[in-house]
Formats: sequence, C-alpha cells, structure tokens
Amino acid sequence: MRLELKGLTKKFGSFTADDDIDLVVEPGQIHAVLGENGAGKSTLMNMLYGILTPTSGEILIDDKPVSFTGPGDAIAAGIGMVHQHFKLVGPFSVADNVQLGREHTQGMGVLSAKAARKAVLDVSEEYGLKLDPDAICEDLPVGVQQRVEIVKALSGPKTELLILDEPTAVLTPAEITELLQIMRNLAAAGTSILFISHKLKEVQAVADTVTVIRRGKVVAELEPTASEAEMASAMVGRAVTLQVDKTPAEPGEARLEIKDLTLVSDAGVKVLDGLDLTVHSGEIVGLAGVEGNGQTELARAILGLVKPDEGRIAIDGKDMHGASPADRIADGLGYIPEDRGRDGVISEFSVAENLVLNQYRDVPFARRGAVNSGAVRKRAVDSISEFDIRTQSPEEPVSALSGGNAQKVIIAREFSRPRRFLVAAQPTRGVDVGASQFIHSRLIAERDTGTGVLLISSELDEIYALADRIAVIYNGRIVGEVAPDTPRAVIGRLMVGADIAGADDTAPASDDDADQTDEEANGGDR
Amino acid sequence: MSTDTTTPTADQPEAGETPESKPNFMRLFGRYLTEANSVMVTIYSLLLAFLIGAILLIVSDEYTRSTFSYFFSRPQDAWYASRDLIVESYTALFEGAILNLNTLDRYAAGTAEFGDLLRPLSETLTYATPLIFTGLAVGLAFRAGLFNIGAQGQMIFGMMGALIIGFALDLPAVIHLPLAVIAGALAGAAFGAVPGVLKATTGAHEVISSIMLNNIAALFLVWSISTEFLHSETKTDLITKPVDESAVMPKLLSGLSESLRVNWALLIGVAAAVFTWWLLSRSTFGFRIRAVGFNEHASATAGMRIGSTYTTTMAVAGGLAGLAGAALSLGVGAAGITTNTALEYGFDGITVALLGRAKPGGIVAAALLFGALKAGALSAQPDVPVDISTLLQAIIVLFIAAPALVKAILHLRTPRGGLVTLEAKGW
Repeated sequence: MRLELKGLTKKFGSFTADDDIDLVVEPGQIHAVLGENGAGKSTLMNMLYGILTPTSGEILIDDKPVSFTGPGDAIAAGIGMVHQHFKLVGPFSVADNVQLGREHTQGMGVLSAKAARKAVLDVSEEYGLKLDPDAICEDLPVGVQQRVEIVKALSGPKTELLILDEPTAVLTPAEITELLQIMRNLAAAGTSILFISHKLKEVQAVADTVTVIRRGKVVAELEPTASEAEMASAMVGRAVTLQVDKTPAEPGEARLEIKDLTLVSDAGVKVLDGLDLTVHSGEIVGLAGVEGNGQTELARAILGLVKPDEGRIAIDGKDMHGASPADRIADGLGYIPEDRGRDGVISEFSVAENLVLNQYRDVPFARRGAVNSGAVRKRAVDSISEFDIRTQSPEEPVSALSGGNAQKVIIAREFSRPRRFLVAAQPTRGVDVGASQFIHSRLIAERDTGTGVLLISSELDEIYALADRIAVIYNGRIVGEVAPDTPRAVIGRLMVGADIAGADDTAPASDDDADQTDEEANGGDR
Repeated sequence: MSTDTTTPTADQPEAGETPESKPNFMRLFGRYLTEANSVMVTIYSLLLAFLIGAILLIVSDEYTRSTFSYFFSRPQDAWYASRDLIVESYTALFEGAILNLNTLDRYAAGTAEFGDLLRPLSETLTYATPLIFTGLAVGLAFRAGLFNIGAQGQMIFGMMGALIIGFALDLPAVIHLPLAVIAGALAGAAFGAVPGVLKATTGAHEVISSIMLNNIAALFLVWSISTEFLHSETKTDLITKPVDESAVMPKLLSGLSESLRVNWALLIGVAAAVFTWWLLSRSTFGFRIRAVGFNEHASATAGMRIGSTYTTTMAVAGGLAGLAGAALSLGVGAAGITTNTALEYGFDGITVALLGRAKPGGIVAAALLFGALKAGALSAQPDVPVDISTLLQAIIVLFIAAPALVKAILHLRTPRGGLVTLEAKGW
C-alpha cells in the first residue's frame, strides 16, 4: 500500500496541532515519524486512524483520496494500529483478543473458538510471530502482549499499513531488539510501517526514511544514516548536546542508607527483597532496571508512603522509622515522582498552588490558618522565571501546560526549599528534549551543592549521562553496583537477572556491547 | 496564536500526550460541576425544567387531558385549557413563594398589613434556611471528593443535640441560645465524622456508610422521642418537650407581623456560607480539602494526611448539617419536634449542593430557589399537586448533573478546555 498525506491540518480551536503535513509511505517501507512530545505526532496518527477528522488536507491510499469517519473505516481500508497503551482484555485469551470486534462465528451468534485459533495461527505463521492462541493475555510478558496487538492489527481484512505508536516505550532492551526485527520482517513481506518514536537509536536502526515534526510542521526529511545529533537538533530546532557537562563527583557522608529493606505487596509478593543501598552527599546514584522490579515501591518507601515490612531507611543519618511523608519532606527530602499526573501535580490546581503543594502550611505561605496568597504568588513568579516554566500566568491550571513544563513545576517546587537528599524518579519521562536537558543540568547542579541524588530511570541513556555510580535493581534487590563507564551489555544482563560474574561469559553475541540496538543476532526467539 | 510559531503553542498538551493521569469518576464529575459556562447551563436547566413541568402538569390534569381527546375537532379547547392550567399553576407557586397578588390588592385597599405582604417571602426563607446548611454540608464534602449522603442523619442528631440543651438547661438567653446552637453543631459533627473515620481507617465507602447512618439516625429519632427523657409531658402523640423560651431563635420580622416565621437561623446560615467560602478558598485547611478532592495521590505525595482530611472534612460537614437541625428544633420546631420536623432537608441538601455547584454562593442561591419551590407548592395545594415542586427539583438536578444533555439540547458552545478536551484526552 502506498500512503500519501497532502497538506493534512488539524486545528483545535485556535491551536494548530498539525499544520500542512505532507508525507509519503511507499509499500514495504518503514517510515519513522520523529518528534518531541506535543509536536503533533499522536494527532497525526489519530487522523490517519479515523479517530480525529482533519480540518483540511487529504489522505490518499494508492493515490485515491479516502475519508475516515472512525477506526472501522481505517481498518477496512487496510490500516492497522498498535497503540502505545495496549488495548487488550486482560482475562481473555490471545485468540479472543485478536478476534475482538470481528468475532468468528458458526452462525446464529455462536462463537467459533476453532476459527479464532486458526486465524491467529495463520497470521503468526505468515509473519513469523510466535504466539500461543490459548494463553491468557494478562499472564504474558509485555513484549508478547505487544505481539498480540501486532497480530490483531495484522488480522484486519487486508492490513497493508501498520502504525506503531511509541512501541518501545514499555519494552525491555531484549524485547526492543526483537520488535525491531519483527518490523524488518514485516516490511520485507510488503507491509508498510509508520513508526512513531522519539528514540533516536531505534529510528536509526530500523527506518528507511525519517520525517521530523516540530510544532505541528514537517521540518526535515532525513536518511536513517543521519547522526543522532542531526536528528535531535531537527526535533528541537537547535543544536543539542546529548552529553551533559559534569565534573567528577565528590561524595561526602552518607545521605541515604537503606539496609535490608523488604516489602511484601498485598498480593503476598516480595516486591522489595532485602534491598541495601547507600547514597552519599554530592553524588548521583543511578538506579537502572526494567520497570516493575521494585523501583516504584522503593521510591514510595523512601518517602514513607508505604511502610516496609523489614529493614531500615535512614536519611541524613536519621532513622526514618515512624516518620510521616510530611516529616521527611520537612527534614529535607526532595521527591520527584515517576507518575507526574498522578503523584506530582494536581492538574486542576494553578501553577502557583502546585508550587507550594508541600509547603502550603509553612511560613510565609500560611498565616494563622489562612493561605497568604501574596507570598504564594511571589514564589510562583520567582520560580516561573528561574525555571523557565512556560505558562500564561501563575493562575493558569497545570492541566494547560505541556508535560515538560508540568515537570518543571515539580522540579521548581522541590528545588525551592531546603533539601538534603533527592529522589528523582523518571525525571524526564514524557518531557521534550529541551526540557530534559534543563532538568539534567539542574540535577547535576544539585549534586554539586552537596545534595545526594538517587536517580531512578528506565532510560539507560539518562543513567549514563548523569550517574556517578550505577546500581542495578532486579526482583526487588540490588544485583550489582558498577561504575558509570560499564558497557551497556553488562548492565543489560544485570537488568534481566544475570549476575556480574556470569555476565561476560553467557553472552553469545557480545562483540557489539556499546550499542544494544545493533545486536540483531540476539533478536530471535527467547 | 496559530500564525506565530514563537509563542509556546506547541508546548500545550495534545491529544494523547497530556500530563494528567486518567481522571476517576468523582474527579470528572467534580470538574463538570465546577467548570466554566455553568451559569448558562444552570439558567437553561431551570427553564427546561419549568417547560417539562408544564407538560407534566397538562398530562396529569384530568380536565385538560380530556380536552385533548377531541383535539382535532376543536384544538383551541386543548390550547386554552393547557394555557390556563399552566398560568394558574405557576402563578399559584409564585404567590405562595414570593408575592400574593390578592394580598397586594387588599394592602392597596388598606385591609391588609405590610407584614402580610411579606408572608410568602418569609415562608420561602424559612424553608430555605435548613437547606443552606445541608447544602453546604454536602457541598463542602464534595470538594474533598466525598459524597456526603448523610446530611439527613447529621441534621437529625444536630436537632436532638440542640433540643436537649434547649430544654434541659436553665440559662439566660444570651448563653442558652448560642450553647444550644453549638450543641447541635457538635452533635452533627460527631455523627458526620463517623463515615470519615470509617473511610480513613477501613476504606468503607462514605456513600454506603452515610446512607446507612441516615437510617440509624431516623430510627433513633423515632425511638428517642418516645423515651421519658424527651417525650412531651403534656401531649400523648409522638412529640418532644418544647425548648425553653430562652433557647428559641428570635424571629427576624416579628415587629411587622407575628405570622412571619423567618428567624435568626437564616443569618447564621448566611454566616455559615461566608465561613465555608473562606474555609475553602482562603484557609490552609481548604487548600488541603481541594487538593485531596482533586488528586489524593499527589496530595499524599506532598505529605498531606488523606485519612485525617476525610475525617475532619466530614466532621465539619456534619457540623454544618447539625446547624440545620439546630435551626429546626430551636426555630419552627421549638414547640416540640416530631418525626416530621426534619422533612427531607438533608436529602434536598444534595440537590441544593449540585445545583449550587458545590460553591457556597451557589448553594445559598439554590437553597433560596428550592425554599421558594417548597413554600409555593405547600401554599398552592390542593389546586396544584404538591409533587410538582419535587418534580421540578428533580428535573433541574437531572439537567445539572448532565450538562452535556443541556448543551446538546440547546446547542450551547462548549468552552475551550471543556467537553471536547475531556473526550480528546481519553485517547
């Protein structure tokens, strides 16, 4: 299928999300669309998939103009989409999920399990996507769930174009390698792929053509051979240094000491299992690991939102047993939560209110039980200029801000009060390149003033850029503490549970340690 | 905006990439309820309610209905009958609630006092007074993300608390009346705190527990009226002792006419509304209430104690409902309260809070409207079925709770950041 977009434009009121987008996907081509958060990628895909109606412009399939009134039309026209957040029914089997919405029947509304299973097997055989049609989806690893989504998209009546929206966001490095291989196989079989991403390495590894979108406009058409720096500067519109400048760390006394921390979840699973970790003043310790290995619980335990079953946490030499989150915050614990919208900001509250969310009862923001709005406003004005928060006014609700600016509100809040130790969980998740650069430099500056920083990140690039020491978490325990110049592949293996000693020998294709996306040899079945 | 690319337009969140977590039901509903454009929706909801009320009046009136049986031979009969019925019914409501035109004529002729002229308004204010308190009780809790269905029970306890202090102690009025009012507030607060404590400690949903506590309160009232301690010494039916003269709410307009029942409780109600406004928008406690109501996770992360916020909010809400009870037992029920004194003020408080969009000013206005409907309906019976006022209230609330419906019916423009964004954010 040849897909062409001509002058596609989408306006929301006075805001133009996509402006005159031209794009061509040739048959069998992998076309990457690269752009920052808020650049207009998702809007573009939603128009293509019939979820949103374009304000103007044309979508041409095999040179014939089409118009979609809903995803059903797009599917009928041969477009399949794999959403960033999977749309699977957890307790259903793979076969049932794949046939969802177009169930195979024996007539009279009776489901045909046999036909459904066969349909899955046919597709998975045709494209080499191994799947057990009877497996229950919620029991499958994330990477396999994504494969179910891909098979589902491919099982459309005549799917010839696949849209993959940020498909690697939730995957482990091994799963990413595998997905990239699947994409190559699909393209070789003639399926066109539109690959939405903001991860430069993956785009370089797999794309045939790269279109860069910035602020709703196509700003560049690049070859995949273009350098990362070239792509990044096209995305943000100026030259970007991916490397953060920093001097060697000067660690001092211990600011965070965790001994034998154990936490059992409601389901009875040990989510933290005898975890030991120490972070000193003046250093950034990067906690690397595949998501869901206890990082979230560790951060919550440090703040005091959950009570550990065993072990102790000391901040700045002070045992935190029995201390409430408010006590710890007052003692100088800074906290950047990983889920910004859920834990970090109250989106209905104004920027000013969010900036004092954990200080609203302190002088000068409160006086005899009343909020001192003058002081709150003054803090907001100061923070907005110091942290370059792009907002119309301090009174604007945070929901009107972009992800990056909402994150700057949190950074500003945590950095505007006395602090001894900082937990930064996924500090640049969903944040554009410009803002993440800013956040990185603030974290380094924070370290240089003597604060101890625990950086929890699922992005190895971020860990490498910032950390003075890397701790790897797996199954609720620290499985290795390594120097920041340790090769990617070593850390990658630690992240999936192999110990350091075995790490170097067990890898069959470890020549290309520096860049795991090039490890195609590992991309087969697991 | 779209022409100038240097403005931070592209920094705005686009569909699918919003910084927000998925809002839960209470959060969405709360946002709908307090969002802009609500004034027009409210006004149109009122008009629509009266329109639908008119249709139901026609359908329910036997004579008018009969004129429709020969509609095609003499349509004017049906038309005139319907018109007269609607005009008469709504006029009767108006005369009962605001100004009686007959009395106006008599006043002009010199056979009626000026005080008689104010009687409908006085009735409206009398019925509105408890609604102000119960509306605030529901509205305040609502801002903390709590659905306080228990205002009825809290009010009943407030009623009894004020009553007991009102007849059991022998004090001068300067102390006795305030003490009785405070007792009512405390009794309501104690009862209101129960669902808060249950939610904070066990996670029991406040809707379930406060509904059940309403039943407990209502049955407790029935039982306690018959006890020797509370039961009237002079009457045999189910009625309590009267409160002492020193604890009775003074009437506001007794100088004009003794029949004007509106009393000081109205002023306390207005003061409570001002206090609630201050609490919500100016105090640190209100900051916490609103924060927890919008997003308890972010509030907990910022060090706020969620459980204690629930408990305290419910206690304050219960105290407000308790004041409604005090207003009743020291006011219109000062001669002794029965199982009927509380009426449905607590439940009506839910609708008042919805119509007032959980904002103190809106709640006072909504309470006045519902007080007027009640006063009008009670004085217009039996010519107009008394249910018509309940019906109008119900329809109004239906439309308020479903603003999308009103907007769809009337093709109102949705403001930026309203419904469209909410839909888009779903993707």
